[in-house]
Amino acid sequence: MSTESAPGPQTGVAQDIQQAPRIAVSALVTNLREYGLVLALIAIMVFFQFTTSGTLFKPVNLSNLVQQNSFIIVMALGMLLVIVSGHIDLSVGSVAGFIGALAAMMMVIWPLGPLSNPLVVSIICLIVGGAIGAAQGYWIAYHRIPSFIVTLAGMLIFRGICQALLGGGSSVGPLPVGFKALSSGFIPDLIGPLTLIPPTVNAAGKTIVGSGLTLHLTTIVIGLAAVLAYAYFGLRARRTRERHGYEAEPFSLFVVKTLVISGLALFLVYQFATYRGLPIVLMVMGVLIALFVFVTKRMTIGRRIYAMGGNAKAAQLSGIKTERLTLMVFINMGVLSALGGLIIAARLGQAVPAAGLGSELDVIAAVFIGGASAMGGVGQVIGAVVGGFIMGVMNNGMSIMGVNVDWQQVVKGLVLLGAVVFDVYNKNKA
Amino acid sequence: MASTILEMRDITKTFPGVKALSNVKLMVEEGEIHAVVGENGAGKSTLMKVLSGVYPSGTYDGQIIYRGDECHFKGIHDSERKGIVIIHQELALVPMLSIAENIFLGNEQAKYGVIDWNANETRTSALLKKVGLKEDPNTLITNIGVGKQQLVEIAKALSKEVKLLILDEPTASLSEKDSQALLDLLLEFKRQGITSILISHKLNEVNRVADKVTIIRDGRTIETLAKKDISEDRIITSMVGRSLDDRYPPREPKIGETVLEVKNWSVYHPIHAERQVIKGINLNARKGEVVGIAGLMGAGRTEFAMSLFGRSYGRRITGEVFLNGKPIDVSSVSKAVEHGIAYVTEDRKTYGLNLIDHIKHNITLANLPGVSRHGVIDDLRELSVANDYRGRTNIRASSVYQMTGNLSGGNQQKVVLSKWLFANPEVLILDEPTRGIDVGAKYEIYTIIARLASEGKAIIVISSEMPELLGITDRIYVMNEGRIVGEMAASDASQEKIMRAIVRGEGKAS
Repeated sequence: MSTESAPGPQTGVAQDIQQAPRIAVSALVTNLREYGLVLALIAIMVFFQFTTSGTLFKPVNLSNLVQQNSFIIVMALGMLLVIVSGHIDLSVGSVAGFIGALAAMMMVIWPLGPLSNPLVVSIICLIVGGAIGAAQGYWIAYHRIPSFIVTLAGMLIFRGICQALLGGGSSVGPLPVGFKALSSGFIPDLIGPLTLIPPTVNAAGKTIVGSGLTLHLTTIVIGLAAVLAYAYFGLRARRTRERHGYEAEPFSLFVVKTLVISGLALFLVYQFATYRGLPIVLMVMGVLIALFVFVTKRMTIGRRIYAMGGNAKAAQLSGIKTERLTLMVFINMGVLSALGGLIIAARLGQAVPAAGLGSELDVIAAVFIGGASAMGGVGQVIGAVVGGFIMGVMNNGMSIMGVNVDWQQVVKGLVLLGAVVFDVYNKNKA
Repeated sequence: MASTILEMRDITKTFPGVKALSNVKLMVEEGEIHAVVGENGAGKSTLMKVLSGVYPSGTYDGQIIYRGDECHFKGIHDSERKGIVIIHQELALVPMLSIAENIFLGNEQAKYGVIDWNANETRTSALLKKVGLKEDPNTLITNIGVGKQQLVEIAKALSKEVKLLILDEPTASLSEKDSQALLDLLLEFKRQGITSILISHKLNEVNRVADKVTIIRDGRTIETLAKKDISEDRIITSMVGRSLDDRYPPREPKIGETVLEVKNWSVYHPIHAERQVIKGINLNARKGEVVGIAGLMGAGRTEFAMSLFGRSYGRRITGEVFLNGKPIDVSSVSKAVEHGIAYVTEDRKTYGLNLIDHIKHNITLANLPGVSRHGVIDDLRELSVANDYRGRTNIRASSVYQMTGNLSGGNQQKVVLSKWLFANPEVLILDEPTRGIDVGAKYEIYTIIARLASEGKAIIVISSEMPELLGITDRIYVMNEGRIVGEMAASDASQEKIMRAIVRGEGKAS
């Protein structure tokens, strides 16, 4: 799927005029397909908002939702590149578990002195993650061993090491507060809180529930700045295209799209602001998403990964060093798996042997729900992110509704199948 | 007069945004060889897909009347049951299965699901005899050449009791000898009463075997010619809608200094390590010169070019490459490209294009630094580059955002050419640049080659079509069994001379 709005067919000026309405319709259809996923996410959110009688969008729950699912999305960013390049990585859950265990041992058990500082440990863990990715990627890239097999081996190996490190079935903790902030912390309010409605105190000296309304002002400012930047860059890109005589998507569609996304974003930001502000992990995730969108859309390395996934031989004959590129994709995956592992450990406050168990499946599912092709060469970062959120909202919503965990799996499986069937059906129709 | 076996009436087929066929008519009589010709993208293959049910009934307008009945094929199985068998350009054989297994794939001689291997083999032997293929039925497909694979496909068609055999560009990847054998086979089938539809670009073949020719252009039937009216000129005129006075653009070569010089180039087979594929080749190309490499299939021309281009083929490669007199390192594709060497592959679908991406991304792939700064791609620059090259090479597409997988062969080739032109090479190696391309597009490719030469590039053309080499090159090397067995100025060369060099070389090269 390409995100450049594909202009409708046109062969000559005369036909252009005739086909003008058709171009608009076809642009709408193409764009609808692209945003179909976002619409699906919104629909699912609205559905759960009703079935959970409004709990889903409660600020506390939103924070929970982000904290519970951020590691899936972080790893999905790496997995997208892996899948686009025509591979798969089954080891991410085990690597995350292992890194969590490693981090806990370094911070709590091993006498490392100043090296047990959470920041130092995190950096070391990310490097170890990269090394694990390199070790797996080496066999895949330079010895052409199928990634499915290499990473299946990795899945067993690193789960085993994880459990061995933790000494069998025990968990290691508690982890330092500073480290836990990665998952459960919120950004500090540098500008200071804004009290809209002062809390009313009743006779017993207690605050009346729902009476006070204080906003986390820094959160609001960041949210507004992000939305303005989004609208500004969108508009500027349009202008440039138009100035150079290239057609862009219809203006009305652009406005609707920008308004819907900005509105949604501002609504969520406001909800966060009424609670404790933006979770730190959400900021980390946001920065990573922006980075990966940029890399895949604008950078030569991203383009080369797509070309390699689309036709490895042709890419190689075009001068692309496919082996090195594959290695880099797996190193990246390793680093992001490590980050995922740190986030999981920080949320739990301890390292447990089962951390990240089975999460590789959620991560892969997120990428495929997001429209990536199992054949490689096709997939979008935003798709994977939205796919991750769809999985997350369903987990969260169903848990609040009290749906049994077993049945949650069934529903998630059906959604994955449905999403891919829908995608394939759409492509065949086109 | 013989009875009509097939009539396709007013077939119209539209794809989103494109009308591929409009009111096409095709009448085929029992027992004839009916050629369908037309430029690439004219709609020949689409028409055959309509006929064989690949595009099921209901997705197109019009009627198919076969042996007096109107047919509504829902899939290939329906049409095959009636004896219509299509052999596609891309062969549909399973490489790791044997000839016998392939022939009876999906139609195994079996009882209660248990395969009777003896029956399979006996019937296969009989069929192979019919098509004149002397191979053991148990030979794996991967171990026989393309020519023989084609015969296996035909044997497979015969096993289905074919009444109407459709061949889509059957000789596109065959050598001269295999092509002749295949055409003889078609004539033999005709004697046995099998009707054939032959889709081909090679007008001499059409001339030789066809009883009738239907010409399609831009999705419309132009005319159907009877045997007595068939002539190459007439066909070409109808195909391109204008008369082609000359099949090769005029050119005044301005030849300068030697640009590329290859000395003592030797290559061994990548799997059979003891087999030497290229045996000490010396070759050069000069500024503004078009150099041809002639030879039969398997002479080692592609292997030579690919081994030269960043060791993309073979092992234990030895020899030296000089560019403008200086030795250069071409041990990887990126190094070769940096030194200004480009190789346009003969197999554009497998080696040349990312078929699931659009024209724009394909054109810039070999020279991404040319549209980016610090690794960040400038979208607008890329778009204008793509549009520029689309115009220069005359790629026919709705826009540069069209998927290359949906383009016709000629246009795909232009995209690959554009990709390498944008990499701005000094030496351009073109491997079978016009294979599977129609006359009109061929002329365009020749024009591009001529223009590049006049811009001072050194161009090496590998081609199995001798008239093409004679028409567009300045100097021709003849290759056989991994050696250069002849070198001649194009002005002195002739098909006979080239053949003689090959034959003489064959004696030497044992």
